[in-house]
Amino acid sequence: MSTTETTAGPLLQFESVHAHYGPVEALKAVDVQISKGEIVSLIGANGAGKTTLLATIFGAPRTSSGRILHRGEDISTLPTNRISRRGIALVPEGRQIFQDMTVEENLMMGTTPIGMGHFEEDRAQMFDLFPRLKERRSQTAGTMSGGEQQMLAIARAMMARPELILFDEPSLGLAPLVVKRVFEVLAEIAAMGKTIFLVEQNANHALKLSQRAYVMVNGRIHLSGESAALLDNAEVRKAYLGLH
Amino acid sequence: MDAFILAQQLVNGVTLGTIYGLIAVGYTMVYGVIRMINFAHGDVYMVSAYIAAITLAVLHFFGFQSVPFALISILIITCVITGIYGWAIERVAYRPLRGSTKLAPLISAIGISLMLQSYVQISQGARDQGVPILIQGAFRFGEGQHFVQITYMQTVILIAALVAMGILTYVINYTRIGRECRATRQNRQISAILGVNTDRIISSVFVIGAATAAVGGTLVTFNYGSFNFFIGFVMGIKAFTAAVLGGIGSLPGAVLGGILLGLTEALFAGYVSTDYKDVFAFSLLIILLFFRPYGLLGRAEVQKV
Repeated sequence: MSTTETTAGPLLQFESVHAHYGPVEALKAVDVQISKGEIVSLIGANGAGKTTLLATIFGAPRTSSGRILHRGEDISTLPTNRISRRGIALVPEGRQIFQDMTVEENLMMGTTPIGMGHFEEDRAQMFDLFPRLKERRSQTAGTMSGGEQQMLAIARAMMARPELILFDEPSLGLAPLVVKRVFEVLAEIAAMGKTIFLVEQNANHALKLSQRAYVMVNGRIHLSGESAALLDNAEVRKAYLGLH
Repeated sequence: MDAFILAQQLVNGVTLGTIYGLIAVGYTMVYGVIRMINFAHGDVYMVSAYIAAITLAVLHFFGFQSVPFALISILIITCVITGIYGWAIERVAYRPLRGSTKLAPLISAIGISLMLQSYVQISQGARDQGVPILIQGAFRFGEGQHFVQITYMQTVILIAALVAMGILTYVINYTRIGRECRATRQNRQISAILGVNTDRIISSVFVIGAATAAVGGTLVTFNYGSFNFFIGFVMGIKAFTAAVLGGIGSLPGAVLGGILLGLTEALFAGYVSTDYKDVFAFSLLIILLFFRPYGLLGRAEVQKV
């Protein structure tokens, strides 16, 4: 199959990225690569810099040095609102849906980068994937349960028809059964051909879902490799899986 | 107690209150989106009064005498030009300070307020200016000493305010730009990540606020017929009070607060004393804030960690 893409390289690539919050160096020489069609996870303890890594893609904070390449193009100086138009969507930590808006309006906000042209069709697809959202379409989003809000945050991201979806701790604060459902949904989304970059504290689930993974410690990439290999890695088992 | 006096004060109060409401919209929308009190807003209202008067003079100069035509074109032209003022003020005085301390844009707003007053004072003169009363006459209900009258101008004010509020409500609730305004108000960072040009939304909010104030400015100008460079100060404080009373950040709150303030003033002026009506209105605000610190329709800010 021939491809018209300009680069055969990774879809998204962090090249020796440093970032600061004030005087604190949150990211130190981070190198991460994500290729089209992959599921890549990033695990690490609270405060390791995982969320910051995702935030730098959207320029908040901006990188202090290094480059973030999307399709070979440096996007680290682009305005925040221009990133989603490149086919990158975020499911943020803590959901961050628009609490005072209805479920439908949240989905409409998701279409911002591509316009309302495919709204009906994509909404129907999301309602198939998340039947609960269909039941609650006219309800104010803030009144829904945490699990439902997480589904809405995922659906909102999907409405932009992104190629790459970044998930920031999608299992945080959810009941075990709901967490299981979230990871099933992630697998379904991957099966639709989306590239997934998953940031998780829940290392067990993340490593089982992904093909490759990075382990972050104190703002540095400490380990990386095949997820299956990391699941067997003694250090990972001890520090992140609670096994010996 | 004369029911006619009561009814008359209610009519006057609601009319005055809708004007407060129109101007309060600018405070509440700007606060909602960038958490800043735009202290120059009252002076934007003042500038709109001058623009309305100048537009009337220009229309007369070109021989347009039809009153409905004049009023509608003045409203539209004043809204547009005042909207440009709103846009320019945000661009020049507030945007460069975004991301700095909370105090900086506040000081900048006071600076813009003084600048607008001086600019109008120098270019238009310090004395009271007047416009001819375009619409005279009134509907009268009752006979002899006992009647209620609603002037035609009051009717125009109520209709224009209703139409302006209707358009605004529609835009905020049912259009893309309105949805993006609400999204930006709720979560600016996530809105930007989803692709909303939040700078453009903030500009729009300033334009909408200024244009809504211009509706108020035009109506007041043709109701009272006189104005000067300092009218923005008292009106600004009143409208700000209305916004706080209704719950700052809430659009229906701004209208409710405005009407409540107008009614309170009119009733106090009608039954007790005209001199102390402002004292009473502000005292009421203080008492209300004791019991509802976030205003009537406002909600407690949830501090994000």
